[in-house]
Amino acid sequence: MSLAISHLARRFDTTQVLRGIDLTVGKGELIALLGPSGSGKTTLLRIIAGLDWPDAGALSFNGTDWLVKSAAERRIGFVFQHYALFPHMTVRDNIAFGLTVLPRADRPGKAQIAATVDRLLAFLQIDGLADRYPAELSGGQRQRVALGRAMAIEPRVLLLDEPFGALDAQVRRDLRRWLRGVHDSAGTTTIFVTHDQEEAFELADRVVVMNGGVIEQTGHPDEIYDHPATPFVARFLGLTVEVPVTIRSGRAQAAGLDLTALPRRALPDGPATLFLRPADIQPVPDPAAPFRVTEIASTGALLRIVAENAAACRIEAEMPRRQGRDLRKDQPVALRVIAGQIFPGGAAPADAAPVEAPKALKESRP
Amino acid sequence: MSAVLAPRPDQGGARLLIGLAVALTLFIVVVPLAYIFWRAFSGGFAVFAQNILAPDTLHAIWLTSVVAAITLPINLAIGIASAWLIARFTFPGRKALLTIIELPFSISPIIAGVCYLLLYGRQGLLGPLLAAGEVKILFALPGIVMVTLFVTGPFVAREVLPLMQAQGSEQEQAALTLGASGWQIFRRVTLPNIRWALLYGAVLATARAVGEFGAVSVVSGAIRGQTMTLPLQIELLFNDLNIVGAFAAASTLTLIALVVLVLKTVLEGRTR
Repeated sequence: MSLAISHLARRFDTTQVLRGIDLTVGKGELIALLGPSGSGKTTLLRIIAGLDWPDAGALSFNGTDWLVKSAAERRIGFVFQHYALFPHMTVRDNIAFGLTVLPRADRPGKAQIAATVDRLLAFLQIDGLADRYPAELSGGQRQRVALGRAMAIEPRVLLLDEPFGALDAQVRRDLRRWLRGVHDSAGTTTIFVTHDQEEAFELADRVVVMNGGVIEQTGHPDEIYDHPATPFVARFLGLTVEVPVTIRSGRAQAAGLDLTALPRRALPDGPATLFLRPADIQPVPDPAAPFRVTEIASTGALLRIVAENAAACRIEAEMPRRQGRDLRKDQPVALRVIAGQIFPGGAAPADAAPVEAPKALKESRP
Repeated sequence: MSAVLAPRPDQGGARLLIGLAVALTLFIVVVPLAYIFWRAFSGGFAVFAQNILAPDTLHAIWLTSVVAAITLPINLAIGIASAWLIARFTFPGRKALLTIIELPFSISPIIAGVCYLLLYGRQGLLGPLLAAGEVKILFALPGIVMVTLFVTGPFVAREVLPLMQAQGSEQEQAALTLGASGWQIFRRVTLPNIRWALLYGAVLATARAVGEFGAVSVVSGAIRGQTMTLPLQIELLFNDLNIVGAFAAASTLTLIALVVLVLKTVLEGRTR
């Protein structure tokens, strides 16, 4: 055990930003805090860093209470979303900063600092940039310098706030793999915040999904992807189609939907909601089916199909374009469901707000 | 193929406006300034030097320098502190502080002088108290310095604050997580970021401190050879009909202003 967080709560004026966070981060783990904006993930990161303090709860590292320690005493490495490099210092001086502000007794000699910086520059593959100023660097290079600056003090925990948020898509992907490599060879316990699920899933050992100041689910990426624990997580991970179903002896039933591929669930009989990914729904032409194709649109590789029944239940499906050649508008179709997640109770309008989340997230990506 | 000039609209109107602007600049700014130097040196350099070196004028130059030298560090300290407070923190009274900083800009300097007179004067609110403690504020250096501070107070904060607000506090937070102490953060991160704006504000404040007339004339009491600053001395010489002396002193003040102007132009280039 290394970092332990319990019952952490934080309020800004009237907004409850964190409502009881419990999380344990093991030594050397790479953790992603994933959630939409306003879910409290950055606040949690700042509290761990010592840049903000909770109203209630506990935070300890290896059994030592961290809430009584300042940011400097905690010795964490924090990488800001916009890097916050010192513009009047060269890359070398930026990286050396944390070493040069040490009290005289602990401060390494000039030569030793230079050697540490050189080693980091090589490690981060930015050797050639030592004498440049931040303004002369690209976004990806700045990100590496910011990481180098944070790593120079050999932090106990490395914290990254939206590390790839300000970069374009290609650089993002490259830097993501590079960061995973850096983590694997340096072995520093790392927590990063992101709103991009692809980023979280590719990079992290464990993903913590947050919403509205609580942790909705914690687990290995595949586990979360296959078994979202709450309706929010399901929607957030792209299970955007919600269909009211009826549970009878553990099986979901709905008119016009072929749900035989779904496993039996230990749920009480009665109304439930089935969450589906559009790609997990296959429309099959069937003259007797209650659903009717109302829209067909091609994105090139994919066909996006909307089917509706008489009760105005809209279902969006996605399939490779070549497989949908024989689909026509107004054609009656049966919908075969390959995979989905069932939550007890009818469609819950109380949870309506998070429905917007995945959409907003897509828009905010560059 | 021959190139044909594209037709242009008639530029007569533009020429007229440019001519008007040049004429206005000449007769409102350039000619009067040039005239000061011309008159100051009209009797030759020896006469000019003799007038500058007159004991009262020399003392006025000295007093003005002392006032500028005292007010500058105070202005820098208060300007940085208030800009930092407003840019980095939200607290009750933040808006009020912002307004107070701006206040001297919108109040006529002479009003500041009169306020000081009513507060610290012998018949003023604090007058008996000061007399009992034998503290002399009015008609002495302290009064001149205080009223100059009042007038020059906004300059540094006004220059530094927008920059601090634009830059945000992330760099300072980064330095904090890297283990820097408060003083180290200020000296190595905050100060380098605002240094040009700070210098610019200092130059403006100094120019104003050196040139202030209205507020100082009320509180100084205009005691010859004692509380006459350079602008007051110029008026005195002028009223004494010592025209060459007045112009000599004026040219000295103008020279200081021109140096400040050059500094300001150089610094403006740096701050951008």
